[in-house]
Amino acid sequence: MSDVTYTGQTPVPPVPEVEEHPHHPFLQHHFEDLGQQHEASTLGMWCFLTTEILFFGGIMLAYWIYRLAYPDAWSVASTLQNTTLGATNTIVLIMSSLTMALAVREAQLGRRLGIVAMLFLTLIFGSCFLGIKMYEYHAHWQEGLFPGSAWHWNENPELAPKIQLFMTFYWGMTGLHALHMIIGAGLLLWFMWRAWKDQFGPEYYGPVEIMGLYWHFVDIVWIFLFPFLYLIHGHKH
Amino acid sequence: MMLSDFPLWPEQASTVAGPTDTLFIFLCILTGGVSLLTFLVIFYLAVRYRRTPENQLAQDIEPPKALEITWIVVPAIIFVGIFLWGSWLYFHIARVPDNALDIYATGKQWMWKFQHAGGQREINTLHVPVNRPVRITLASEDVIHSLFLPAFRVKMDVLPNRYRSMWFQATKTGHFHIFCAEYCGTLHSGMIGWVDVMEPSAYESWLAGGAEGSLASQGEQLFQKYACSTCHTNDATGRGPVLLGVYGSSVMLSDDSIVKADDNYIRESILNPRAKVVKGFQPIMPTFQGQVNEEDLLKLLAYVKSLNAPNKPPIEPKSAAGMQSNAGAPTNPGAMTTTSSTATSATTTSKGQPR
Amino acid sequence: MSTSQTLYDVRFVEPARTRNYLNEDYGFFSWVLTRDHKRIAILYLFSVSIMFVIGGFFAMMMRLELLTPEGDLLTSDTYNKFFTLHGVVMVFFFLIPVIPAVLGNFLLPIMLGAKDLAFPRINLLSWYLYVIAAIIGLVVIISGGVDTGWTFYTPFSTQYSNTHVFGTTFAAFIAGFSSILTGLNFIVTVHRMRAPGLTWYRLPLFVWSMYATAIVQLLATPVLAITLVMLMFERTLGVGFFDPALGGDPVLYQHMFWFYSHPAVYIMILPAMGVASEVVAAFTRKKIFGYKFVAFSSLGIAFLGFLVWAHHLFVAGISVYSAMIFAFLSFAVAVPSAIKVFNWTATLYKASVSWQTPMLYIMGFIGLFTIGGVTGLFLASLGLDIHVTDTYFVVAHFHYVMVGGTVMAYLAGIHYWWPKITGRMYPEWWARLAALLVFVGFNLTFFPQFVLGYLGMPRRYHAYAPEFQVLNVLSTAGASVLALGYALPIVYLVWSLKFGRPAGVNPWGAVGLEWTTSSPPPKENFHHTPVVTWEAYDYPALLEAMGETQNV
Repeated sequence: MSDVTYTGQTPVPPVPEVEEHPHHPFLQHHFEDLGQQHEASTLGMWCFLTTEILFFGGIMLAYWIYRLAYPDAWSVASTLQNTTLGATNTIVLIMSSLTMALAVREAQLGRRLGIVAMLFLTLIFGSCFLGIKMYEYHAHWQEGLFPGSAWHWNENPELAPKIQLFMTFYWGMTGLHALHMIIGAGLLLWFMWRAWKDQFGPEYYGPVEIMGLYWHFVDIVWIFLFPFLYLIHGHKH
Repeated sequence: MMLSDFPLWPEQASTVAGPTDTLFIFLCILTGGVSLLTFLVIFYLAVRYRRTPENQLAQDIEPPKALEITWIVVPAIIFVGIFLWGSWLYFHIARVPDNALDIYATGKQWMWKFQHAGGQREINTLHVPVNRPVRITLASEDVIHSLFLPAFRVKMDVLPNRYRSMWFQATKTGHFHIFCAEYCGTLHSGMIGWVDVMEPSAYESWLAGGAEGSLASQGEQLFQKYACSTCHTNDATGRGPVLLGVYGSSVMLSDDSIVKADDNYIRESILNPRAKVVKGFQPIMPTFQGQVNEEDLLKLLAYVKSLNAPNKPPIEPKSAAGMQSNAGAPTNPGAMTTTSSTATSATTTSKGQPR
Repeated sequence: MSTSQTLYDVRFVEPARTRNYLNEDYGFFSWVLTRDHKRIAILYLFSVSIMFVIGGFFAMMMRLELLTPEGDLLTSDTYNKFFTLHGVVMVFFFLIPVIPAVLGNFLLPIMLGAKDLAFPRINLLSWYLYVIAAIIGLVVIISGGVDTGWTFYTPFSTQYSNTHVFGTTFAAFIAGFSSILTGLNFIVTVHRMRAPGLTWYRLPLFVWSMYATAIVQLLATPVLAITLVMLMFERTLGVGFFDPALGGDPVLYQHMFWFYSHPAVYIMILPAMGVASEVVAAFTRKKIFGYKFVAFSSLGIAFLGFLVWAHHLFVAGISVYSAMIFAFLSFAVAVPSAIKVFNWTATLYKASVSWQTPMLYIMGFIGLFTIGGVTGLFLASLGLDIHVTDTYFVVAHFHYVMVGGTVMAYLAGIHYWWPKITGRMYPEWWARLAALLVFVGFNLTFFPQFVLGYLGMPRRYHAYAPEFQVLNVLSTAGASVLALGYALPIVYLVWSLKFGRPAGVNPWGAVGLEWTTSSPPPKENFHHTPVVTWEAYDYPALLEAMGETQNV
């Protein structure tokens, strides 16, 4: 009568481990199958993008509060931006999203060279974007539009402090965006290498899809930044 | 004797101290009672149903929904009651009486500077009359401070970019603590002082110490010094708006919106004149950001306020003229207290030296 | 009679010499490169304990300084640095990670019947981020510290302080990412890794509260991250987002900071509530009264917790109307907390209450959390808040919630799951003594601070008015008792690793998947993925088992 330990449940007969199909080399040990792994990774990426939205959302909120407080300064400051380059960059980035989506498609179809090519094109477009951005940064630096001690833009003494505030947002927001682009470019290089090694295919294209989610997100951030920073002068309150 | 060395209750020395303490005591009794009851029930149940050889397993109870609903709804109703009481008190503390005596305070690391309407200045000590509402307009020269007068149960953060104001009406004479309640750096705990609440007659004689002219007259000198008067003339010929009677009034701006010319509007119009340009005028005024310090700004503000007494010279703004219809109601959601009460009524002229 | 006692108490057997997660491998790299959630939990246990001792040291020095009204032990600058570092270390490096990263990491997969968290490598990464952040923090401490207060209010932090603000905020920023990754991992694990048959309503309440916590971590922490980035930007450039000289608004910083930091207190207290539910169920052998109410109150707190941030700003510069809205929502968030307290209390009715150490801590937790909670009502009452905000009343209030709540619950959880984590029992007598010391010491330390606060003693004061001295001496005396109470478990828990009685599979006679696997658990937690066919806290099944065994 003594040697019974309660274990909290009716005993479950041990489930025999059935190996219906051989383990995929990229199936991690703690997942039951590739389907569960894919769902978990995708949900994980969406969670991560949620934090990213809140991250950019915070600075955009601050931007909007000051935009409503100082509409004139914001309007003048946005005329200091090079809209042509901004628009070009927008198109470049949308093109890169297209090639990124095509890379996912190629991965689903298991076309090794197709994936590499599309990722390469995405990388090219991304680099173009960063190059143009660097050119703009350089120009702004020369014009004295970098906040702090390097600031020497003074064409409009009245609004200069607020324009400096705007430019703080400009550098902060585009800088964080560019940082995300650079990280994305690094990931693209790694994924190109993995695709070259033929690691993706119809069974296992999840990582490319998740990379795509990230890239599209960074693209969408720019879609917000472009009108916020370049185009608002057209709006008379 | 001992009790005064070891107080358990703060002194009540203002009109809001009583209502604040009443709410506090009520909450102590209510929450203390409910907490104590909960503890006793837990203790009783834990003893009554302690594990014994016979009581090895709990009895399964199906929770009655009604009970759950009760302890959701009843606390919720009580909370709404406390909320309303607390809000009522908040509004009461936020609403400045019309006849308040105006005093200007500037916080800087690590001292409190007070300026009276008569031009008297003091540091870390504030003399006020008993039984008379006092409104303090607050500014900071550097970081955020907080003027805390525990005996009066009032406190207000002092910000570097705008005016705040608070008020109290002392109910007894004596010395009461001034603390800075918002951490402001090395000597934060040394940014303290005393409020000296005096009988009105003693206050009068203290004021008679006087200073180099009233605050408003010092403001007028600055008004001349910065050449404000070349544009802001007393007739409609100037390039800037006439300032007579503008304080506390409603002003129409160039975009047809209407703002109230309160403390913060005056401040902004000096520091950032093109933000809100009065309709019919050109945005030509230069900024005075960085040229006028916080104390001088308060002097200019006092001068602009004094212009509301049109028949008196600004130096002796004895009349409390120009009462606004909306005085009292907190109409400006941007600031905790309204600045709707108008021309100050400094009680004396000022001559001589501070005590 | 005595037989039934031995039956349901504990069956102590020498731990089977089978492989478990601890003896799987012994090398240094088998620890620092592990992806096993249980080993990562142990790594976190070490790291947060070290940080707790450091944070506690600063607290002790502050209490010693406050023995006398004059500032005589430390200089003003040192004192200011100590309270800042106490806050930074305790909040970012102890309270936020302590229960999720130690107990949550260890238990969540086991409670879900999973082999590991969804992303083991990210889990390890989050520990490394924590360690990097902690090292940056320690470098800051050694190289001179920081004196802004843990809230880093601008413009003091950006323009006036000449201490290591950048390093500290950078450390908090990195620690934030560690917290985000933990939360992300938990959310995905709860959604995707539950064992067959383990439906949402069969989840232990600890999992519910970890899930609610993870949502807050995921949504609130990035706002802190961007706020600190903006602060660092401003500090580096000398001008920036909150600079009044450019038209920036310091109050905006406070809004953004508290948008994270108020939900962050729920990151700290929700896991504690989860521990409380587990311990109450196990030591009453009863299903938690109103399971669904308790489960959803966690989500309710997580949701409402996002809507109350500006109640930190009632005197800081918001309008009377927005103050009213935030005050109302602050009262609303008190309702789900009250639901939990009442349900825990009701669970004791007709229960089988054991007075073992974890339950002692949890009874203390309920009491102290209740006091912490109701004093929150004082602070939410607008007119009263004007007087008590920024005084010792606030200090006492949040220590009642954070120390009386979270730390008590953490100690309860560590004692409750210690047999599972280590395979050894802690010494019960010493543990009860420590629980008593902590309870007495805590109240003696922090209750006088409520009185001090109402008297008007402002917080963060290096020197204070002489009439406050008696209460401060009491508080310091309590702090010494409290320090002793915290030191004891460190000693006897380490002692028990070697000398503790071996714990069986289920020393408490508790239900839950973690009590069905061996102590310590094997590397992948279960030899076979469990299939769950019972409800949470199914103690009637235990009753049934008793009937069966009596027939044996």
